[in-house]
Amino acid sequence: MSEKKFSKKHEWVLLDGDMATVGITKHATEMLGDIVFVEVPDAGKAVEKEGQAAVVESTKAASDVYSPISGEITEGNKAIADDPGSVNTDPEGASWFFKLKIKDKSEYDSLMSKDEYDKFCKENPS
Amino acid sequence: MEVQKTALYNYHKNLGAKFVPFAGYEMPIQYKDGIVKEHISTRSHAGFFDVSHMGQFFLEGDETLIESLEKIIPADLKNLKVNHSKYSFLLNNEGGIIDDLIITRTEKGFCIILNAACKENDIKQISQFLKKNHKHLLNNDLSLIALQGPKSVEILEKLIPGVANLKFMTGSNFEYEGENLYVTRSGYTGEDGFEISISNTKVEKLIDYLISNEVKPIGLGARDTLRLEAGLCLYGHDLNEKINPVEANLKWAIAKKRREVGGFNGWEKIKNLLANGSEKIRVGIKPDGKVIARENTKIFSSDNNEIGFVTSGTFGPSVNAPVAMGYVKSEFSEIGTSIQLEVRGKKYGGKISELPFYKKSYVK
Repeated sequence: MSEKKFSKKHEWVLLDGDMATVGITKHATEMLGDIVFVEVPDAGKAVEKEGQAAVVESTKAASDVYSPISGEITEGNKAIADDPGSVNTDPEGASWFFKLKIKDKSEYDSLMSKDEYDKFCKENPS
Repeated sequence: MEVQKTALYNYHKNLGAKFVPFAGYEMPIQYKDGIVKEHISTRSHAGFFDVSHMGQFFLEGDETLIESLEKIIPADLKNLKVNHSKYSFLLNNEGGIIDDLIITRTEKGFCIILNAACKENDIKQISQFLKKNHKHLLNNDLSLIALQGPKSVEILEKLIPGVANLKFMTGSNFEYEGENLYVTRSGYTGEDGFEISISNTKVEKLIDYLISNEVKPIGLGARDTLRLEAGLCLYGHDLNEKINPVEANLKWAIAKKRREVGGFNGWEKIKNLLANGSEKIRVGIKPDGKVIARENTKIFSSDNNEIGFVTSGTFGPSVNAPVAMGYVKSEFSEIGTSIQLEVRGKKYGGKISELPFYKKSYVK
């Protein structure tokens, strides 16, 4: 399993061979507040890097979740669709959003490391 | 226009509030606990809300003041007893709602609580009907604190003895810290509670007391989920100048006597609508699944005809499901009618639902 990488849109990616797991970051959940609705993509759906892939809604508003990497969805996490609040408790673990078979590993390589992402969040407070 | 702040602005900041611009004011949308926890703690214990951005508009005058106000407000002000309050509206010539409000009879006249975003215009509209000997004042030296939730009465009674005797939609003057304050038993959450009108100089002390009794600060976010579960309208969303009280399903707020006798703005139109019904009407909506139908979501009939739109929609923490309100063609307004809600291009099932979504527990 490779190092966890991060996007500027506050998603994380974990890579295992050519299979990636994607979720939203702890920082993202803190900005969103209480999550009350999640829509995850179905297996077989093609997603582009930075293309809309899922939806997350808090009590305040709906937000799109983007895929930080191109590929084909192999699984959406139905457990978080059934229990959206679990995204607040374990965003970077059990509450991943979707898995996909990636096309181009260089897209993964260009994402931020944990340190770079933490620095990015500090410099771009919302 | 410069952004305004309530007297409690710094207090909110110290409590960890996240602020948003709202009706020209910098107001807390939530505190550290977040919307869901704030909502639940209001329903299970008590919460306080700084609603000082709302207008506290005082009017004084002789008998002719009632005649003047009744031209724009369809409540029975003549028979409103001192210290009694009514929910009502300001109406335009077409019967459209300029603002919704709470009006209370005082010893010398009336006090009207106005929505923050509307208050300047409201005063202009009301003033058209006032006579030279009617005095009026928008009192910005006063804060307004809503204390809501089942423990409110126990907590406030300890500080201000006598408030427990107030019935829902009545008020009285009390003494606190050597000053007068006015307390009404009312609110906008579907819970028992009070609204406390208190001078800006004493309000922090009151909040200190509430916090020491584990009353949580509640932001606009939870205020919205609480009022929507209680089936209550938010002006600018569920109500506006193009919507009249019959369409808004608020005809109960037009006094019976006034419906018959009239003499207020838009009466001809409203009389006709009361007799024949309106084309569209406000309803409660419950999506079947978890999807949230937010404001402006289009509503379709089960055979795919567009029949209306959502005006407020969120997740209801106490109902533990999404809830919404909106307007549909009247023939689709029956409770239980199946509808479809178009969210992000997809249609989801839902039903017309009874209001409120959450049962009230007012003290009558």
